[in-house]
Amino acid sequence: MKLKQKDLLGLEYLSKEEIELILQTAKPFKQLFTRTVKKVPTLRGKTVVLLFYEVSTRTRTSFELAAKRLSADTVNINVASSSVVKGESLIDTAKTIEALKADFVIIRHSMSGAAHIIAKTISASIINAGDGMHEHPTQGLLDMFTIMEKKGKIKGLNVAIIGDISHSRVAKSNIWGLNKLGANVFVIGPSTMIPMEVEKMNVEVHHDISKIIHKLDVINILRIQKERQEQHLFPTLEEYSELFGINSGKLSNAKKDLLILHPGPMNRGIEISSSIADSKNSVITEQVTNGVAVRMAVLYLLAGGDGGQGEIINS
Amino acid sequence: MKLLILNGIVCDPANKFNQKADVLVENGKIISVGKISKNKSNVKVIDAKGKIVVPGLIDIHTHLREPGREDEETIKSGTRAASMGGFTTVCAMANTQPVVDSVSGVKFILATAKQEGVINVFPVGAITKGSNGVELAEIGKMKGAGVIAISDDGRPVMNANIMRRALEYTKMLDLTLISHCEDTNLSANGEINEGYISTVLGLKGIPKQAEEIMVARDIALCELTGGRLHIAHISTRHSVELVREAKKRGINVTAETAPHYFSLTDEYVKETDYNTNTKMNPPLRTKEDVKAICEGLADGTINCIASDHAPHLAEEKEQEFKLAPFGIIGLETVLPLVITNLVNKKIISLNDAISKLTCNPAKALGLKKGSMSAGSDADITIIDLNKTKIIEKFESKCKNSPFIGMKLSGFATTTIVAGKVIVDGGQIVSD
Repeated sequence: MKLKQKDLLGLEYLSKEEIELILQTAKPFKQLFTRTVKKVPTLRGKTVVLLFYEVSTRTRTSFELAAKRLSADTVNINVASSSVVKGESLIDTAKTIEALKADFVIIRHSMSGAAHIIAKTISASIINAGDGMHEHPTQGLLDMFTIMEKKGKIKGLNVAIIGDISHSRVAKSNIWGLNKLGANVFVIGPSTMIPMEVEKMNVEVHHDISKIIHKLDVINILRIQKERQEQHLFPTLEEYSELFGINSGKLSNAKKDLLILHPGPMNRGIEISSSIADSKNSVITEQVTNGVAVRMAVLYLLAGGDGGQGEIINS
Repeated sequence: MKLLILNGIVCDPANKFNQKADVLVENGKIISVGKISKNKSNVKVIDAKGKIVVPGLIDIHTHLREPGREDEETIKSGTRAASMGGFTTVCAMANTQPVVDSVSGVKFILATAKQEGVINVFPVGAITKGSNGVELAEIGKMKGAGVIAISDDGRPVMNANIMRRALEYTKMLDLTLISHCEDTNLSANGEINEGYISTVLGLKGIPKQAEEIMVARDIALCELTGGRLHIAHISTRHSVELVREAKKRGINVTAETAPHYFSLTDEYVKETDYNTNTKMNPPLRTKEDVKAICEGLADGTINCIASDHAPHLAEEKEQEFKLAPFGIIGLETVLPLVITNLVNKKIISLNDAISKLTCNPAKALGLKKGSMSAGSDADITIIDLNKTKIIEKFESKCKNSPFIGMKLSGFATTTIVAGKVIVDGGQIVSD
């Protein structure tokens, strides 16, 4: 089986089987990390352009490492100041990259739909590394890979996403992906941060984790952006922390094997306490490792690979 | 110069006339409608057999962009586009650069339209200076110079007291105030209708209430002042209900919608993959709203259908959705969208459709246009209901239309302004 699309723009656009294929394909790539030489020649001669319009450390590094471990050449284009400031349109930037004969463009942008524009404009494979409030598909995939690794399954699990659901592309990708793989998805947050008609995405909305904590298998805690306070989405960080921050007290009725995820970077003491972030239930650092494996799988499959494990390990 | 239009079906809602008839025009005026002998000397004859002959269409809501953004549209190009769409009159909104908020601005529009326009252009003056919503513009002087209504369209008058004073003042002057109903605190940074689609696409939502709150407020202020209020580009179910209720109570309010609000929903933003030609203000709403707009058109709550023609260059629209400006062109697609999506689907009759494009906008603004009464200006549009084509080319300088590629029926074939044939056979024949 292969991926049907040339691009990875979001988990909404992937089938259950395609998501499973990516997760399966990531497994042997993760095995590679235990070797002395963590590199395979799979994408030798291919060029991966990292086009980041927003600052990013972990996602950009993770993609760059994934590309390098597949022996691709990488080029970083840092446009932390926006294209508007530079005066060049996104479409013109995309055309320039196409003229440079890139095979992959990994784009991070503050505006929803930016990856779609570039995907429609050029023939290279586009990977959405986060667009506005829309999707962050590889984060969703690495979250699912981590859950699968720790729980052995996703189907039937009760997974809660906690925080600013409205503005979170991580939440959207998680919702699409987890639902497709059969999890029961809950979203928890202040009512000002729950997007309109989100129930139609097949999630259950809650505002008080204490009411459902006993049945949850996984919680994915989102970073709270401090500037949301200025938008009157909550009164103070202290109040947010008290009502929605995850600490030992809130988890007193949780299952012993509750899995704790966070896409990072964390605001310790606000949405997550240090005792929880550093607890044995937390898999936050493993998520980072798994991110590289998942991104290798995505690059490999978009390049035309079919997920054959022998091919990956021996190539 | 005489003009004789033979064998057409004359549909003149203002005179409740709808039957096969001929039309005789002389010296720019309609002389008579009925059975007319062809044996007249020095007469240009147009055979309208199988076609509908109606009063020249009036667009109550057009953005011509001149002065200031002549790269997007000019009075010349905009009126040419309008004539291709069957319009003989457009009401030009004041939000040009600079805003038409003074006598000099009004005079500029009228002089340029006289010199370069191919149809009638009636300027709309601003309500407030610079459309800033703070101080009233010199509305009385602008009326003297020729404005036919006032509006800060593109922006609302957020201050209720200023709006009250504007309605009081325009009542004295017997002018209609056209209101852009939007609470900008609620709509701030919004991109599309707030709902499931905005959630899934990750686009900032504009709640329907941003419109409805202002519709309710302006109706209340209209009741308070006794002014004449026209609500622009109505798009939601509850807005329709508010206008319906206000009319029942005898409040002097009229309303318009635009074809995109009865033709498309916010789902089209998703279907077209963030196509910025689906970005307009107010935004495309939901199926429920489209249904209510159709009901409002059918029961007469919504008096007029307007283009809200808002040209933007390709480079302005071909950007990230958030950066792209609001607005689409419409002058050349209003009529086929009305015929295809309302008349052919039997939502409203052809007669009602024509009234919403002729006598109703004329009545809402007090224009002496929109009828084929003997002695009236010979502004006439001939429509071929069976003409079908795929939307692809425009006379407008801009092409920002979500309807490109759609197959529509019912196009104007001939447009006559003051007895002069501007468009014939679907082509501009006179400048």
